[in-house]
Amino acid sequence: MLRLAPLLIVTLLVGPILAGLAMALLPAFGYLPALGGHGFSLDPWRQLLAQPGLARSVGVSFASGLFTTAVSLAVVLLFLAGVSGSRLDRWIRRLVAPLLSLPHAAAAFGLAFLIAPSGLLARLVSPGLTGWQRPPDLLIVNDPWGLSLLAGLVIKETPFLLLMCLAALPQLDAERRVAMARSLGYRPMTAWLKVVAPSLYPLIRLPVFAVIAYATSVVDVALILGPTLPPTLAVSILTWFNDPDLSRRFMASAGAVLQLGVTATALIAWCCLERLVARLGRHWLARGGRGQGERPLRLAGKGLILLASLTAFVGLVGLALSSIAGFWRFPDALPQSLTATHWLRALPTLTGPIATTALIAIGTTLLALSLTLAALENEQRSGRRPAEGKLLSALTLLYLPLIVPQIAFLFGLVVVMESLGTRPRLWLVIFGHLLFVLPYAFLSLAEAYRRFDPRWTQLALSLGASRNAIFWRVRLPMLLAPLLTAGAVGLAVSIGQYLPTLLLGAGRIATVTTEAVSLAAGGNRRVIGVWALVQASLPLVGFIIAVGLPRLLWSNRRDMRGSP
Amino acid sequence: MSAGHRLVLDDVRIILQGNTLLELDAEIGPGEVYTVMGPSGSGKSTLLAYLAGFLAPAFQASGRVLLDGHDISRLPAERRGIGLLFQDPLLFPHLSVAGNLRFGMPRAAADKAGRIETALERVGLAGFGQRDPATLSGGQKARVALMRLLLSAPRAVLLDEPFSKLDRPLRHDMRRLVFDRLREAGLPSLLVTHDREDAEEAGGRMIELSH
Amino acid sequence: MSLRLLCALPLAAMLAFPLHAASAPQEWESVLEEARGQTVYWHAWAGDTRVNDYIAWVKSRVRAEHDIELVHVKIDDTGSAVSRVLAERSAGNHDDGSVDLIWINGENFAAMKENALLYGPFAEQLPNFALTHPEHNPEVVNDFTLPTEGYESPWGKAQLTFYYDAAELDEAPPRGMAQLLAWAEANPGRFAYPRIPDFLGSTFLKQALVALADDSDALYEPVAQSDFETVTAPLWHYLDALHPHLWRSGRQFPANGPELRSLMADGELALAFTFNPAEPAAAVADFELPESTRSYVLDGGTLGNVHFVAIPYNSPRRAGAMVVANFLLSPEAQARKQDLAVWGDPTVLDVARLDGESRALFEQQSDNPALLAPEALAETLPEPHPSWMTALQDAWQARYVGR
Repeated sequence: MLRLAPLLIVTLLVGPILAGLAMALLPAFGYLPALGGHGFSLDPWRQLLAQPGLARSVGVSFASGLFTTAVSLAVVLLFLAGVSGSRLDRWIRRLVAPLLSLPHAAAAFGLAFLIAPSGLLARLVSPGLTGWQRPPDLLIVNDPWGLSLLAGLVIKETPFLLLMCLAALPQLDAERRVAMARSLGYRPMTAWLKVVAPSLYPLIRLPVFAVIAYATSVVDVALILGPTLPPTLAVSILTWFNDPDLSRRFMASAGAVLQLGVTATALIAWCCLERLVARLGRHWLARGGRGQGERPLRLAGKGLILLASLTAFVGLVGLALSSIAGFWRFPDALPQSLTATHWLRALPTLTGPIATTALIAIGTTLLALSLTLAALENEQRSGRRPAEGKLLSALTLLYLPLIVPQIAFLFGLVVVMESLGTRPRLWLVIFGHLLFVLPYAFLSLAEAYRRFDPRWTQLALSLGASRNAIFWRVRLPMLLAPLLTAGAVGLAVSIGQYLPTLLLGAGRIATVTTEAVSLAAGGNRRVIGVWALVQASLPLVGFIIAVGLPRLLWSNRRDMRGSP
Repeated sequence: MSAGHRLVLDDVRIILQGNTLLELDAEIGPGEVYTVMGPSGSGKSTLLAYLAGFLAPAFQASGRVLLDGHDISRLPAERRGIGLLFQDPLLFPHLSVAGNLRFGMPRAAADKAGRIETALERVGLAGFGQRDPATLSGGQKARVALMRLLLSAPRAVLLDEPFSKLDRPLRHDMRRLVFDRLREAGLPSLLVTHDREDAEEAGGRMIELSH
Repeated sequence: MSLRLLCALPLAAMLAFPLHAASAPQEWESVLEEARGQTVYWHAWAGDTRVNDYIAWVKSRVRAEHDIELVHVKIDDTGSAVSRVLAERSAGNHDDGSVDLIWINGENFAAMKENALLYGPFAEQLPNFALTHPEHNPEVVNDFTLPTEGYESPWGKAQLTFYYDAAELDEAPPRGMAQLLAWAEANPGRFAYPRIPDFLGSTFLKQALVALADDSDALYEPVAQSDFETVTAPLWHYLDALHPHLWRSGRQFPANGPELRSLMADGELALAFTFNPAEPAAAVADFELPESTRSYVLDGGTLGNVHFVAIPYNSPRRAGAMVVANFLLSPEAQARKQDLAVWGDPTVLDVARLDGESRALFEQQSDNPALLAPEALAETLPEPHPSWMTALQDAWQARYVGR
């Protein structure tokens, strides 16, 4: 049974994606009998290429993917290189988890409210510093270059990459390496960048690819912050798919295939960049510079990561404020009056979606954790690391759902599910979420599981304990903290899902995220404030449990705290 | 304590990628500590892994391991009846001291609580049962690890440089304690070390592996 | 195809039978009987909490009255419901669809009807439909010039209504397209219209076109029958002149009507418009807009239309959907919908022809100064043929997207 786990995981993840892609590919070349497309043709492509502003859509999607990744990675590496174990550093590290749990949509709403011409920042400095009596007519949010989109994505992707780095670092024995390099006369930051970063990067390469894929094809953040004339490619595709002119679905499918191409091209471009950086880096390493003037860089690392975190939090505060605001005219920094009306009105409609969200998130996460544990336990028992056998290729496929843009295969998947006679049900949404929760659960648990000292197992075996007893009595309790963290990550990923819930649930399954985004169409900041806050606080519950439960359980076990 | 067991290594040969890593033929009687010495990389740990039953798939092994006359070389690790003592005491951090001792006891053992208390008394740790292992000193931890091993009622014992991480004064006392207890229990033991003093105090036969 | 038809026919006949002759009261009784215990999934735009709250009230009423479990499937774009029915048809799901009722009108209705995605005719079978008196009010059976032929049932009315903050504006607001341009030049960055293809933005284009076109009769025929370039040339000329003076210099447009409203609330805009004549007054009551907000319609009238509910062809719970549609037409539901404190959406019933008791439900006293005077709504321009909407949207995008 355990041996089937990797196979089961791969089938569960790869099957739906391939089927969905196929059902995007066929209509892209004119084949969709239900709509009268019986033969193959290039018309959808001609129609697509004739769309006004297509080149620009593609350009913005491509560029925001690469720049988001480059900026986030640079911020994270600079920060890590300058880490000195100060209180500020520890505080920043502690911020990572809640930031990561903040759903993309909520972060985007917060940022939009912060930086808009009528937003919180402008209100704070007006009219005192600016003299503005009414909001300036400035194009900030939804700017045509996608800069605010870029900012919104960096805020969310920086904590993700930071967490991935923090998970990978313990393998590298970074402190000793830096100490060694410093003894050879290298300044600490230069030392880190020269002796740790080159070994760290290969370990976080897949997460980096996931960031590129996500940023090139994101829908909800681009809806809120992205350019509009034209929007990014993914948003255009969504509009075409929803167009009442049904013949546009062929073009939309061609667009989905194009999106796949854009993401693939961005990945290839990144690989070329990697080579370039590697070549320059080798030269830089060999030259033997010990590093001068590190201070500005160190400050930049800390400053940028602080800026990203604070922006997210202040944005949330702004949302909280607007959710209780009475009349609030520009340039007042605070509302004229406070009222609970918005919350009271939302309350009766909140409970249903919250319950559904919790049910889906908990169901998905439990499933994902079970499958992950089964696969990892199987790895332990067979004594084979995936890197040593064919399993590697199989389990690398785990990352497929993170690399293939959602928009490219989800619509096709809905058609497939329909033709299988599957009606939208809760379990179908859970299955859809599993596609995205499973990789993250695996990603966050695998390292701790594989690094688990094999001597514990050997010792327990020599004491006569069976394999199963060891799993339940030694491995699970000792890995409780990373297990709960993986669970919290899984919950957060599930709670944040928008497209899969909407499409596979036929819109009938209402979660806080689908409700929040559909209310966003109404543009009422107060209502958005209520829902975004609820959306942001749900995943936090998971992280509080993940941090608090081990402390509670192991209050009398010193070595179990803050470990492993 | 018990009748005494016998461990026989019958023409044991461990092979890695076609090269013979080590060959060993030995008979270890009840209470005897048989020492294998050698520099690192000589295959000491591989030998222990083979005997305990977790040899990595990359290695091949031939020969037989007889414990009280039965070939155990095909049995899974947990059914071999061979106990292990590592460099580190490796007390389970999520269990109390008593929980650690209880972990290895055969399921059917009678009066577990009483035997745990007796065992702790015998190593000078009476009343330590409910303590968090993390609060114990290095020597105390080593003694708990030894008692955990004995309470699991093994029929033979493998010692993997168990004293190398202890302070010098403590090391002598620990050696005395461990060897005495093993002898008293009549357990055939195989000690792997690169510390000649270990071998001398063990007092049994010794072979040296070369590279 | 023929095989599929054969399978679908007996079922359709079976389902249609009790409904077909439902004009007689006892036949409607059997629809009510069939509807009992059904769960009806109603896909309706959910961008406004007032609308959502009203639908929640409908849900509790039909549960109490007809034992129907109504589920409001909240969508941000009616097109997504259309596209879902389509996905189901493409998968061969002809009798167990997931959509039972859609809030719809205009191009979405035209697309669904043309592709035979709708069930019907059913509207005439609803007992309350007679209260709309279509013989006197043709707008309840015509949707953007297309005869509804009973494939959708009227629900509410909309009319393009402008609003502004009287405390902000020194002069009188513009009352025609030419004055609007002049006003925008004098007040740069204070006016905007929603980004095409939003339906409110598209309505603004049509409103401008009706006012500016030399031959506005052509707009009431399919677009293919006229010279699009010639008819629309004055519109593009007008927009080219207007855009530089719009909010963000016309480089960006608000997403939809509600965003216009929140930009008004933030003071970014000084003049905006909506399709719901009661929206400004409701927003004042909600603390969103200042109390100095006023509403008006352009001289010569503004575009108005009726919005409907329709039933997809593959809905397995048509009886339930019909009972809900009928309830929506009841004087009780219509009066509540028109209540400013609830939603403020004008009724489709012919109030003057109702009996006295029902008519009393509609008499509301409102002294909200932001509310439009009822007589202003008399000047309603009919909507052009739906094909113009699509053609204008495409032309606008080709002209202004990606510049």
